[in-house]
Amino acid sequence: MINQYETVFIMTPVLSEEQMKETVNKFEKFMLDNGCEIVNSENWGMKKLAYPIAKKTSGFYQLFEFKADGSFIKNLETQYKRDEKIIRFMTVTLDKHAIQYNEKRRQNRSEKKTSDNE
Amino acid sequence: MAQANSDIKYLTPIAVDIKKKKFCRFKKLGIKYIDYKDPQYLTRFINDQGKILPRRLTGTSLKYQKKVAQAVKRARQIALLPFVGDNLKENMGGNK
Repeated sequence: MINQYETVFIMTPVLSEEQMKETVNKFEKFMLDNGCEIVNSENWGMKKLAYPIAKKTSGFYQLFEFKADGSFIKNLETQYKRDEKIIRFMTVTLDKHAIQYNEKRRQNRSEKKTSDNE
Repeated sequence: MAQANSDIKYLTPIAVDIKKKKFCRFKKLGIKYIDYKDPQYLTRFINDQGKILPRRLTGTSLKYQKKVAQAVKRARQIALLPFVGDNLKENMGGNK
């Protein structure tokens, strides 16, 4: 049963830029290989954590919004657990209100971007 | 020689707090989904120590209070909101 999911994960801040990019691409590739359709992916970059996780006070945030089969989530999360660069992850199913909200959010984010660089 | 109680003058009139009609802001604004990724918005529903405000103070309906609680707990999970904060509102710039 295909439904829409949203996953957020935090990477340790000790990574260099391309290490961080490489882990993000690794997960993106993993999703695409297993037949997911990525609707949206956002990188919030380095953010300060509200409380220290694994003795770190900041981390790289990455968000993926994708459509996938229910059984895929389990192996996605085992991938997260295996990768030691990821210190925290969370996957959430989206109901119809959430999907609407995300679309609206994406529009004003893109508007904000265009208004930024005007 | 009991003084008539009318002589007792209160310095300030007794403040009988007028009953402000509480309403569920989500029903009124027609908000259907509370996003856990936006901590700025969620700070309105937590107090200074990071605790979730009860319904009797915020006046939200049960359905949306559950969504608020779920969103706050998710935000805490991905470290956007602290589990225990001190004077959260100042450093987060919480908007009332």
